[in-house]
Amino acid sequence: MKGGTLEAVGGWLLVMRQVLRRPQNGRLFWRQVGTDIWRLGVGSIPLVLTISMAIGVLLVLQIVINFGYPWLPRFAIGYAAREVILLEFSSAIVCVILAGKVGSNIASEIGTMRVTQQIDALDVMGVNSAGYIILPKIVAFVGFIPVINIFSIAAAVLGAYATCWIAHIMPADTLQVGLQHSFMEWYVWSSIIKSVVFAFIISSVSAYQGYMVKGGSVEVGRASTNAVVYSSILILFADILLTSLLK
Amino acid sequence: MIEVRNISKQFDGGRVLTDVSATFGEGCTNLIIGRSGSGKTVLMRCLTGLLKPDSGQVLYDGRDFHRLEGKQLSLVRREMGVLFQGAALFDAMNVRDNVLFPLDMFSTLSSAERKERAEECLLRVGMADAMKKMPGELSGGMQKRVGIARAIALRPRYLFCDEPTSGLDPVSARIIDELIHSITHETGMTTVVNTHDMDSVRGIGENILFIHEGHALWTGTAEDIASSDLPELQAFLSGQGSIPRHERFLVKN
Repeated sequence: MKGGTLEAVGGWLLVMRQVLRRPQNGRLFWRQVGTDIWRLGVGSIPLVLTISMAIGVLLVLQIVINFGYPWLPRFAIGYAAREVILLEFSSAIVCVILAGKVGSNIASEIGTMRVTQQIDALDVMGVNSAGYIILPKIVAFVGFIPVINIFSIAAAVLGAYATCWIAHIMPADTLQVGLQHSFMEWYVWSSIIKSVVFAFIISSVSAYQGYMVKGGSVEVGRASTNAVVYSSILILFADILLTSLLK
Repeated sequence: MIEVRNISKQFDGGRVLTDVSATFGEGCTNLIIGRSGSGKTVLMRCLTGLLKPDSGQVLYDGRDFHRLEGKQLSLVRREMGVLFQGAALFDAMNVRDNVLFPLDMFSTLSSAERKERAEECLLRVGMADAMKKMPGELSGGMQKRVGIARAIALRPRYLFCDEPTSGLDPVSARIIDELIHSITHETGMTTVVNTHDMDSVRGIGENILFIHEGHALWTGTAEDIASSDLPELQAFLSGQGSIPRHERFLVKN
């Protein structure tokens, strides 16, 4: 990051101070939140469903192929797949994937607004441009991520079942026993909590990268790339911290 | 009235504006002219608050703009309308919503009244038929007309236009100039136009400020400009001037 990590963190904090203020116009704010929920949230569901289902299939396949020891009870396959899906995949891995889709979208949209003086137009009108542009995106994405999280879990489990119904890797009943074995409801909640934190990281870091663009299209592209990279790294670090805190 | 007192601004050690003072009269079209890189846009950005000068004051009817905060600053901002060089239309909104935006944000009018006002502004600039179009579907001249409609939606007291005719053909440029000039006189606004287009100077310039290398060198009316004996101004008007050393090799013999 140009100017160093500390400068970037300080810059992010200053922007967030402007962002996290009461909206100047509530009606416009909620309208924008609705638009962003549709674009960023609902628009991500097909990707999340596809990837989650594929991962569900791959998890079962890999566990069966590589851990199909005679001494290992068959229900352990479903159990292991469930733990991976709940504990890491549907939160951290899905959010790293969404950092690419949603993060780059946010950064490039806001960066383009910056280079075409749309943000200047807002500032001159007396609009809190950071609040108007960024806060709805944060609220929309953070608010909708639990839905995405649940869809991901469901799709991954469906993918796991597909290996039984279509590829006949193992009996579906055996998979079901494993999926239900020692189920901890808290794991679902911790998956959602992690997703919410990661969604905040993605939306705020990406928005900051776009908001601070100086220059032209090359810088917009660079901001978009940085948004994805920094979001992904921060998600993984946050995952380590949250895993320790939420155990 | 807008008054600029001894404004200076520098970036990374390079002085862009040095001790610039000027008065922009009420109810007339004030022009800031000068070569590219002379400091016109920086001066405009200091006037509109997008940049804070290193020293000096910008006074709006006696109010020191860069010292205002909170509600007082918001009040002055509501009195400003700005047309940016590229129009700066919000590309996620259609034409009507672009003009509606400042009304939705700040006006206390009812929904029907806001829509009526937006349509009135678009009609005034000749873009009433394009309400449902997105900015990307418009030509440069059309975008600037919509930009003017958005800038006047809240009935501002001050209108700023940053190179409004840049990139336009002569016919479109004249339309934009005439629109700015006629709206200024209809409403009694203080209009400040940043330009290096001599057709604009001749066409609509009433009070002209000439900026050269960051200094305010000359001020006067369009009638005075031709008779001025200031060498830098005459060189600018006639299109003459020295080519920077590093560009000379590009000139064909």
